Amino acid sequence: MHPAFSVIFLTTLIGTAQGLFLALFTAQSYAAFKLLPQPDAHAFYGQGSLLALALLVGGLVASFFHLGHPERAWRTATKWRTSWLSREVIVLPAFMGVVFLYGLAHWLDWHPVLMTLPGGLPVDPTAILGVAGTLLAFALFVCTAMIYACLKFLAEWHSPLTVINYILLGGASGFSLAAAFAAFTAPELVGFLAGWAAIITLLGLISRSASLYRNARLKPKSTMQTAIGIKHPRIVQKAQGFMGGSFNTREFFHGQPVAVLRGVKWFFLLAVFPVPILLLFFGVQGSIGALVLAFIAQYAGLMAERWFFFAQANHPQNLYYQSIA
Amino acid sequence: MTQLALVIDLNVCVGCQACVTSCKEWNTAGSAGPMGDQNPYGADPTGTFFNRVQTFEVGEFPNTETVHFPKSCLHCEDPPCVPVCPTGASYKRKEDGIVLVNYDKCIGCKYCSWACPYGARELDEQQQVMKKCTLCVDRIYDMSMVEADRKPSCVKACPTSARLFGDVHDPESEVSIAIRESGGYALMPEWGTHPANHYLPRRKTRIKIHEDELERAGNPLKVDRQLPRPALNEPTLDDVTTW
Repeated sequence: MHPAFSVIFLTTLIGTAQGLFLALFTAQSYAAFKLLPQPDAHAFYGQGSLLALALLVGGLVASFFHLGHPERAWRTATKWRTSWLSREVIVLPAFMGVVFLYGLAHWLDWHPVLMTLPGGLPVDPTAILGVAGTLLAFALFVCTAMIYACLKFLAEWHSPLTVINYILLGGASGFSLAAAFAAFTAPELVGFLAGWAAIITLLGLISRSASLYRNARLKPKSTMQTAIGIKHPRIVQKAQGFMGGSFNTREFFHGQPVAVLRGVKWFFLLAVFPVPILLLFFGVQGSIGALVLAFIAQYAGLMAERWFFFAQANHPQNLYYQSIA
Repeated sequence: MTQLALVIDLNVCVGCQACVTSCKEWNTAGSAGPMGDQNPYGADPTGTFFNRVQTFEVGEFPNTETVHFPKSCLHCEDPPCVPVCPTGASYKRKEDGIVLVNYDKCIGCKYCSWACPYGARELDEQQQVMKKCTLCVDRIYDMSMVEADRKPSCVKACPTSARLFGDVHDPESEVSIAIRESGGYALMPEWGTHPANHYLPRRKTRIKIHEDELERAGNPLKVDRQLPRPALNEPTLDDVTTW
């Protein structure tokens, strides 16, 4: 497939935002149970939510560049019964709304006790919004990933690993960003967040490696023989019906030599996994710069990862477009 | 339930591209808007087409055959492009099984093209909506045309009658009989899309002519068997008599 930068930005930006929100609420939950010190709520939760919201808006704006008719985008909410894309379009604004309200509640110090958990733990609106946001963040990961994983023709994507990768890679970049952000707003949480960022990054390495291993061994279901229905081992295309390009030759081919594909793969395998873990380690020792660099490296790596994700998918329609003339 | 479809006979398609130009000519003049071309006279022309004819070489020289392969939307009975559409712009008509795109609802997200294993859908760069073969839905029901013209324009254009059009759910229709009796098959059956369009395979045509079919046995004009025998091209009773 031809990687579209609009979709690369959309999926990586909202993935980071979802991970960041999960990091914020994880820290709040730990602090509620007195497992972590209580950070400055205005700076950490309030501004953190604002940062997540900014990333979500950035992703949403990027997604509009993928559409031929962005002014009709509202129509996409209608077919949620069958289309994962439609479901994503519903869940994304809902998640943005909850992130906004969560940040606002922290910013306004709105902590009326709504109920008390057994054990005397008070539940305030930020906890309710945090749980709702967590559920929506996971729902959004599933919707985004299922857009790709539900397409059975694209064997590289049609796997539960796609969903797991979106959750873990989004979570890893979100926790890395949270660790770098905490260095400025809540230094007492850096160790906790950086630790989780490293753990999720390692889990992401396992699942992404598993999908690379799986994809390298795929056997295409469709062949030249089934594509035109002629049972002969040797079929060579002599003409594809035109000599200039068409949508079919632009949308489904990445157009890069194998060396570029291999280079991008090794770049993302380094930039998403070992480099951030190393930098997070230095960050926990007290280097704010290392924490910022860890996130930047991981985000750049994730853009390469998403590019590779698209480029590696081999669409069966390509069988009909093997040679120009 | 009706399922309109094309049946394409690869045995007689000569790859003349008449169906391609006829399709473009009819559909670019249609009420749904033109099928735009970009850079049509430049070095790298491109544009929207509903139908293409491709050419494949099968076998190894000298035992090769050239197969011309017309390719358009197959109007699947279970079209994978329809459920993925987030707006409902892509739909399959209940009354005749034609898969269509509502150009006023389509947002041009290209998701349906990813979900089609045949590459039957194209984004029109000019209108920024997805387009595909409509089976000339604006033609086959047009009562102002004589009945013989109420067929897709590719079918009308084909000089070798390689394209048949009809209801594949009606067992007595021309297309159903062709599929049944000439070994009609569907493309990429492994995906379970059940394409309505079918293809008829290449066939070897051999005619065995026996000698007594060239010369009438028991020709009454030659019954005396005198030598020299009259040549084969001399008249027989059939040639000199009107029965």
